[in-house]
Amino acid sequence: MVAKKKKKFSSGEGAQFMTRKAALKKLQLSLKDFRRICILKGIYPREPRNRKRAQKGAGGIKTLYHTKDIKFLLHEPILWKLRELKVYQQKIRKARAMNDYGKMRKYFRDYPQMNIDHIVKERYPTFIDALRDLDDCLTLCFLFSTFPSLNKVPRDQSLLCRRLSVEFMHAVIVAKALRKVFISVKGYYYQAELEGQTVTWMVPHHFAFQPQSKDEVDFKIMSTFVEFYITMLGFVNFKLYNSLNLVYPPKLTAGFSSKSDKELVDEQAYVAERIAAMNLSVARIKGANEAEELPEIDIFETEDQDPQKLEEAKLEAEKVKKLKTLFKGLKFFLNREVPREPLVFLIRCFGGEASWDRDHFVGATFDESDESISYQIVDRPSMDKQFLSRYYVQPQWVFDSVNARTLLPINKYLMGAVLPPHLSPFVDKTKDQVYIPPEQRALNDPEYKPPGEEDSDEEIEEASDEDKDNQDEGDDTDDNAEDALTKQYQDELAQESNSDVDSNDDMDDDKKKLAKEKKKNMGVKTGVPHKEHPYQKEIEDKQAFKLRERLVRKKHRNLYKSMKAGAEARKKEIWLLRKKRRLHDEKAKEEKKVEKRKEKMQALETSM
Amino acid sequence: MPPFRIGFLKRKINPDEPRNDTTEEEITDIKSDEELIKGDLDGGSDAADSDCEEEPVESDVERDAVLFDDSADSVLGENDDAEDTDESDGTELSSSEAENSDENNSEASESENSKDSGAESGTSNVQSLPNTSGQSTQRSNRRLSQRKATVKEKVGAAERAAESKQTRDQIDVLSERISAANVSTQPVQQRDEYESGDTSDEEDRVNTAGDVPMWWYNEYPHVGYDLDGRRIGKPPQRDQIDEFLRKCEDPEFWRTVKDPNTGQDIVLSKDDLKLIERLRTSQIPSESHDEYEPWVEWFSSQVLATPVRAFPEHKRSFLPSRGEQLQVARIVHALKMGWTKTRRQRARDRRRDKVKKFYDLWGSGEVEAEGGSGPRARPVPAPRRPPPTHAESYNPPPEYLLDNKEMKEWEKLSETPWKRKYTFLPTRHAALREVPAYPRYVRERFLRCLDLYLAPRAIKMRLTINAEDLVPKLPSPRDLQPFPTSESLQLRGHTGLVRSVDFDPSGQYIVSGGDDETVRVWETSTGRCLRTVDVGGPVARVLWTPASGLSLVAAAVGDELLFLNPGAGVGAHRVAERTDELLERAPPQHDVVMDERTRACVTWHEVAPDGELWARGVRIVISHFKQLVHLSWHAKGDYVAATVREGGARSVVVHQVSRRRSQLPFRRAAGLVQAAIFHPQRAQLFVATQRAVRVYDLLKQELVRKLRTGAQWVSSLAVHPRGDHLLVGSYDRKLVWFDLELSGRPYQTLRLHGSAVRSVVFHRRYPLFASGGDDRDIVVSHGMVYNDLLQNPLLVPLKQLRAGEPRDQLRVLDLRFHPTQPWLLAACADSTLRLYT
Repeated sequence: MVAKKKKKFSSGEGAQFMTRKAALKKLQLSLKDFRRICILKGIYPREPRNRKRAQKGAGGIKTLYHTKDIKFLLHEPILWKLRELKVYQQKIRKARAMNDYGKMRKYFRDYPQMNIDHIVKERYPTFIDALRDLDDCLTLCFLFSTFPSLNKVPRDQSLLCRRLSVEFMHAVIVAKALRKVFISVKGYYYQAELEGQTVTWMVPHHFAFQPQSKDEVDFKIMSTFVEFYITMLGFVNFKLYNSLNLVYPPKLTAGFSSKSDKELVDEQAYVAERIAAMNLSVARIKGANEAEELPEIDIFETEDQDPQKLEEAKLEAEKVKKLKTLFKGLKFFLNREVPREPLVFLIRCFGGEASWDRDHFVGATFDESDESISYQIVDRPSMDKQFLSRYYVQPQWVFDSVNARTLLPINKYLMGAVLPPHLSPFVDKTKDQVYIPPEQRALNDPEYKPPGEEDSDEEIEEASDEDKDNQDEGDDTDDNAEDALTKQYQDELAQESNSDVDSNDDMDDDKKKLAKEKKKNMGVKTGVPHKEHPYQKEIEDKQAFKLRERLVRKKHRNLYKSMKAGAEARKKEIWLLRKKRRLHDEKAKEEKKVEKRKEKMQALETSM
Repeated sequence: MPPFRIGFLKRKINPDEPRNDTTEEEITDIKSDEELIKGDLDGGSDAADSDCEEEPVESDVERDAVLFDDSADSVLGENDDAEDTDESDGTELSSSEAENSDENNSEASESENSKDSGAESGTSNVQSLPNTSGQSTQRSNRRLSQRKATVKEKVGAAERAAESKQTRDQIDVLSERISAANVSTQPVQQRDEYESGDTSDEEDRVNTAGDVPMWWYNEYPHVGYDLDGRRIGKPPQRDQIDEFLRKCEDPEFWRTVKDPNTGQDIVLSKDDLKLIERLRTSQIPSESHDEYEPWVEWFSSQVLATPVRAFPEHKRSFLPSRGEQLQVARIVHALKMGWTKTRRQRARDRRRDKVKKFYDLWGSGEVEAEGGSGPRARPVPAPRRPPPTHAESYNPPPEYLLDNKEMKEWEKLSETPWKRKYTFLPTRHAALREVPAYPRYVRERFLRCLDLYLAPRAIKMRLTINAEDLVPKLPSPRDLQPFPTSESLQLRGHTGLVRSVDFDPSGQYIVSGGDDETVRVWETSTGRCLRTVDVGGPVARVLWTPASGLSLVAAAVGDELLFLNPGAGVGAHRVAERTDELLERAPPQHDVVMDERTRACVTWHEVAPDGELWARGVRIVISHFKQLVHLSWHAKGDYVAATVREGGARSVVVHQVSRRRSQLPFRRAAGLVQAAIFHPQRAQLFVATQRAVRVYDLLKQELVRKLRTGAQWVSSLAVHPRGDHLLVGSYDRKLVWFDLELSGRPYQTLRLHGSAVRSVVFHRRYPLFASGGDDRDIVVSHGMVYNDLLQNPLLVPLKQLRAGEPRDQLRVLDLRFHPTQPWLLAACADSTLRLYT
């Protein structure tokens, strides 16, 4: 009996993947609904290892889903809900067509809600999983909280986004979890450490919402994402509040109540506004012991960890502990022009107190005239009335201090001062081939002085600068190093040979004499160790390595080449940045000099 | 009279208007101090003006078509007028007289009256109905004026100041009426009071065509028939130019409408417009109608002395319904029990349900253990966005800002922004307050969303190794000394390419041959050229015999193989002599048997001892049928394998010097033979063809193995002194090491050269090998072969030695190691020999 012929693509990669069209057919969904369920359930196309086979021999590039994923969707109860919704929408459409507006309104009123709690649980089986995937969620929620009501974005969605993002910020404040902040041209970056997971999110600058053309942005898709993210963030907030012994939904502390006893029209709105101000601490669960400090971390000696790493970890923990109380006991007053929310969030996260003008926003706790204010954050060139008892600093000082994990000296950040560059704390310093701006280097080791900052004697400055420049060049141009070395070495050799030649000339004359001397000197002598020239050694090693490079296996040759090319490109990048910096510094110095000269001349003229 | 008639009524008065106007103006002058009415007065005058201007049109119409036998102009207004006339019929004469008499005096009183009437206007219609006649003249006069006023009032409630004008009108109207009194003959009393107000038959009086589309009359000169059956003529038709001109000239054009029934133009008066406006805003047409009249509760709890209705109240009007009571009781009970909810409660619940409830979703954090692969495919977490760099800062370090050149590049790529270095333009803001919102923020978030659900994902293993880790770990060259490290001697003397070099077995002398048709012998230690032998042809190959105690050099010159004795000047005197002796003694003839095939291609020539050739050092000459390309001595020094270019099956010829005979070992051509080399110990021959190396056993006369080199064109071949390793150089830049013990496949293929490899060579004592070719450098490598069969050979490239200048893209043509020292000799294309030590 002849064995049945196996059908092509019935196993292996051909059976593993499914085109989107096939998936739609299988699920009996419209593309719109399929998109929605994919977003909610977190299903995405997969890149097959062999596209030709995965597409069952069809050409072109198709969107391929894993068959298992689609089968998984098949059992989703939401699927039925979507189908019901479709029917419901038909009802509404019919009512509208029949001009039965009362019915239509009723349908709209009773529009069925979709419950997707179980999807959150399914996608994130543990709380940690949810925290790990919180970046996009937070970024989108923070963005949506700034949205007006749009055609595709219901008002209550953006309101809920606002509520949840404020709640999350409160949780971060109480947990003192913020680690890094950064002001970029796009918005504010924050990084918090919650339950050992780093969560990075981004908050846009003011007026982030701008009308978008239809083919640029589809708010419907974003809204569907937000629909899921809202649910997720709500549960995350609940869990966070629970673990921090806070009441959820947040309430203000019992001590706080409206000052007058008169009945408030909408107490809920009143409280929500004050919570959104983030200036007051939220209520804790009764009976929970407050100020629960983390126990000291014991360090176990393990064999595989080297002691240096342990030491580093210890140091890091110490630093973080310090960071948590960076602004403790300090009072900040925010001027009107300063972005309130990010700064209040920062200050409160690190234990400070903040307030602002009463007319600016609700929830101000103290006035500008309060004598105990230690810092006033201003962002204007000058102020008429200044208090002597406080520092007037620009907002960047707060951000830079947090990143530096200490209170930086304020002299560079005073009101009206030209600010030093604001550096990203997210750049991985441990990686090699990373350009570190001189400002950061100065932060890392206090001995290093960034060029162009000294304002001592000019000549000395120049000399030192040149030295530094030379050093820099030596550092960065590894390529040229070799050539330089060889040249130096050759020069030395040439000198030696020259001296030899000289001696040879002499020898012609006094050959016999020398020979005699040589004969005299004949005998056993203590040997002089042969000293190898360091340059030569280096060159030899380089050459040997170049030869060995040719022995890279054929399998790895392309990889090696590309890696080398990447390293080369990075090196070039760094070189370019260094060069640009150097040119800039030189130019700045030149300008300074000219200015000084001018001042001198002016002074002379005035004295004359 | 219905209010919407008022406007039409007014038109009736039109012919009198000009006169009215003058009086009106006078009156306004008189009453100008009454501020109360100023604004309204203007309004009145407006209306008057419009009437005034309207006139010519009207007259125009009248001239063309005789429509009405009445004196009235307006069809609609006539009836009202008639009514008025009817009502005031009996008193008209006297009243007019009275009015005339105290015309000027009565003005004030009139205005007062009119004011009164204005207040009463709401009810005036009702009131005026019952009392028609039988009143005093004064009274009737007032009534008349009142009535007139009412008409005016209905036009505009506030327009009371225009009363004076109206009185004027009234006087004129009165006079008219008087004159018209004889026309109307019907007594007032007998007429039905509703008849005058009934508007339904008015239309019929005008056009009896009925409810038919008027375009039926399009082709006829008339538009219908009046009551008497006479045709109603069409007014003259105007074309579009006329329309347009009218539009331009006639300020009343906008309020002129066409009566479809008669084709007449009707100018809407201000009151008409007001009326229309009220209708449009769905107000009650009459302005005088009081919507908020005091409510008279006829049916109240107060028991009146006389019942309002004649029948007694029904029982259910004072007894509560039992059924309803039960129903209410049921509802109340349901509400109490919570079975039903009030509408408000339901709305509240709905609102409450809409607020999302959050709870502890993850509970205590226990996760159900998932068995196996799970229901869905292994999730691939979305990659996180790369963290921001310094360049993204609102106040970046100056080096990150784009300079002019980069800016140009940036702008050049505006069509293809994804090729840019950054997705954003690094910008410096002096203060935080100057930072604007990022315009692409929403778009970027949207793209991220798209990425999350639309971008295909796959797990890609990322290599976390350094590039250096891919380079094989080998011992440092320093530990593998000695090897030649630098060029120490250059032997100059050749005038053409040096094709071949060789050391003598002791290493004292060097022999070289080249395109300058000479073979030269040099001293190694000094680099002196000891002897130059002119051989009369380009030398392809020179080889010193490996047998010690002999001084014999085999040189391939064209198609001849010469055996040279470099002579007494070179090396020991006795050795040279002995060699000559050996060669002089010819072998026994019976031994020298060559078959026909060999004889056809090889001829041995003995050189006469006293000849010129002999003096030059040539001892034996073997001529071949074709050019020689390669030579190799057997280790014992008796046999020489010569390779002939394109010899086919006869490519390899083996000569035995002692017996002066030759052999052709192969019957068939194996390919294009490049070189043939003897095994150093065994009776084997390595024959390199273009792609493969074949090993033949000479005793058994069979192919032992075939080594596939993987190269495209083998150039050279070298055998390790032990005989179990083979090195093959190829023109396609490869260097292939074969471990014959291991397999027939290359043990390692080295690509140490950038261009063709022309020569490879092993050192006889040190574990060294060298390769050279058209490359700039000769590469000396360490090739350690271990006794332990389990250990593979160790190959380490050690040193690159700079070769001479290129000539015709050739650099190094031959390489040879010193037999005892780690020295390397290279025959270079720039006609030098270079010794590296």
